[in-house]
Amino acid sequence: MADQKTLAEPGGDAPYRRMTRPMEGRLLGGVAQGIAAQLKLDPVVIRLMFVLLSVAGGLGAVAYAVLWMIAPREPYEGAPPPRDWSQLAAFSAIGVALLAFGWLTGASKGGIGMLPFAVGGIGALILWQQADPERRKGWVSGATKSIRGNRVRTLLGVTLVVIGAIGFLAAEGELADAQPGLLFTGVVVGGLTVIAAPWLAGLWKELQLERRERIRQEERAEVAAMVHDSVLHTLTLIQRVAHDPREVVRLARAQERDLRNWLYQPAQDADATLAAAVRRIAAEEEDAHGVAIEVVCVGDMDIDPGGRLAAMLKASRQAMVNAAKYSGSPTISVYAEVEGDEATIFVKDRGKGFDLDAVPLDRMGIRESIIGRMERHGGTARVRTEPGEGTEVMLTMKIAKD
Amino acid sequence: MTRVLIVDDHRLFRSGVRAELGDSIQVVGEAEDVETAVKAIAELQPDVVLLDVHMPGGGGQEVLRRVLGSGSQVRFLALSVSDAAEDVIGVIRGGARGYVTKNISGRELTDAIRRVAEGDAVFSPRLAGFVLDAFASSEAPSIDPELDSLTQREREVLRLIARGYAYKEIAKELFISVKTVETHVSSVLRKLQLSNRHELSRWATARRLV
Repeated sequence: MADQKTLAEPGGDAPYRRMTRPMEGRLLGGVAQGIAAQLKLDPVVIRLMFVLLSVAGGLGAVAYAVLWMIAPREPYEGAPPPRDWSQLAAFSAIGVALLAFGWLTGASKGGIGMLPFAVGGIGALILWQQADPERRKGWVSGATKSIRGNRVRTLLGVTLVVIGAIGFLAAEGELADAQPGLLFTGVVVGGLTVIAAPWLAGLWKELQLERRERIRQEERAEVAAMVHDSVLHTLTLIQRVAHDPREVVRLARAQERDLRNWLYQPAQDADATLAAAVRRIAAEEEDAHGVAIEVVCVGDMDIDPGGRLAAMLKASRQAMVNAAKYSGSPTISVYAEVEGDEATIFVKDRGKGFDLDAVPLDRMGIRESIIGRMERHGGTARVRTEPGEGTEVMLTMKIAKD
Repeated sequence: MTRVLIVDDHRLFRSGVRAELGDSIQVVGEAEDVETAVKAIAELQPDVVLLDVHMPGGGGQEVLRRVLGSGSQVRFLALSVSDAAEDVIGVIRGGARGYVTKNISGRELTDAIRRVAEGDAVFSPRLAGFVLDAFASSEAPSIDPELDSLTQREREVLRLIARGYAYKEIAKELFISVKTVETHVSSVLRKLQLSNRHELSRWATARRLV
């Protein structure tokens, strides 16, 4: 029963997703848990890493804060679950102990030398976290893309400028003097990047959110328009003609058909294929005569340019009109089938039927519009009827494939 | 007398069906979602469950899964407003013995319930069309030829159902008994439920439009 599963829940493979902060089981902001889920690691490992990095130079705390700001919170319904304060206390205790240990032994005097690593690390983290899965894959795969071309060019430019500047300074013999200044410029630029990045990222995210919201609203507007233009309209009409049951049924039926088509049928060009054309003709005749026409189509083919199917469709319309007008049957069944190069249409009613031989020659409906028309175009039409037994018109047409 | 449970989340519809069903049918209860349906089926043990396809809590397919999964022999007739191939084929493969749309007349519904109660299958013209379409022209090799294709006779029967013929008319048309028609339809139902045909699911998925 593997099939059944596919029917029930198709397309199961989850897309690679961006890091989110889960609400459940978080200690502080859910950042460590989010990273753990992303990297498929135990959250405890990540938490310990944050504690360790926070103690050694404060990088952990900064990174945590930044990630807290930029990672979206996982959707969670209901009241936020309480944090596990005992665990949080335990991690804090570990942090304090490490800090005390570092301070006592003097091991944490990383000084300014740690800063570039901190800046670089945070920058990389931000970029990685912010990037779309697609882009991330692009980075990893190393394929040459147009964006990449741009980036390479930028990188090349920056490298050249830096080399040029260094070369210039070296030639002037001032490189040694400029070194501290350069370092601090670098640090400042890095710092600004770190400060601005979350803000820019937030802005970008907001834009995306807005876009999604707009799309949703457009969809809602489309549904609203559909409901307003057709459903509300029909309901109003029904109230106004409530004294005429036949008209009420006709309106309800037409509305039902519209809604069904909108919900379940692909947007089809009624002039392009046989099934679509049969459906449209049935809908039109149903509307015109207030008799329900049930259409079932199996297989489909394009309307031929030679006009054979067009003739067949005209004949089928005539059969539907006859059934709706004269049979007295409350419903008409239409079945269109395409098998190989042969198209067949059946129009059946359960009405009063008639004696075919007694149909006068001048009754154009059956002889001319159905049988004659089909035969002129190389098809066949059979009418099967008996008084009291209903009528079935069978149309067959062979369409040679070119 | 056939004992029937009506499962539908629209109260109005439930009372409508109740009023329409003939005297040969006894409505023993109603349920409005998956949970109450599963409970009511276990308690009341009806002969036939009229099952709505779209319901809160997983819909008709979930009821089928839970009830039939527990080894119950209750028979289901799916009743829905939906024409979507996925819904139709979905509940049939979930174990329902028939599928009719909600605009069916009271007399036809009574007839369908009786048929399902007797262990036969009930195909609406549209379901017959879906099945013909799904089993049509396969070039892909089938895993189980017996299950994966329809016989000529089954195809004929389905085609007549799609054309709007009643079982009695089909029997007359093919010079066979009504019982034989029922046997053919049941056999198609079995194939539909058991076939692992690749195309069947692909077809239904391709028809998913909403």
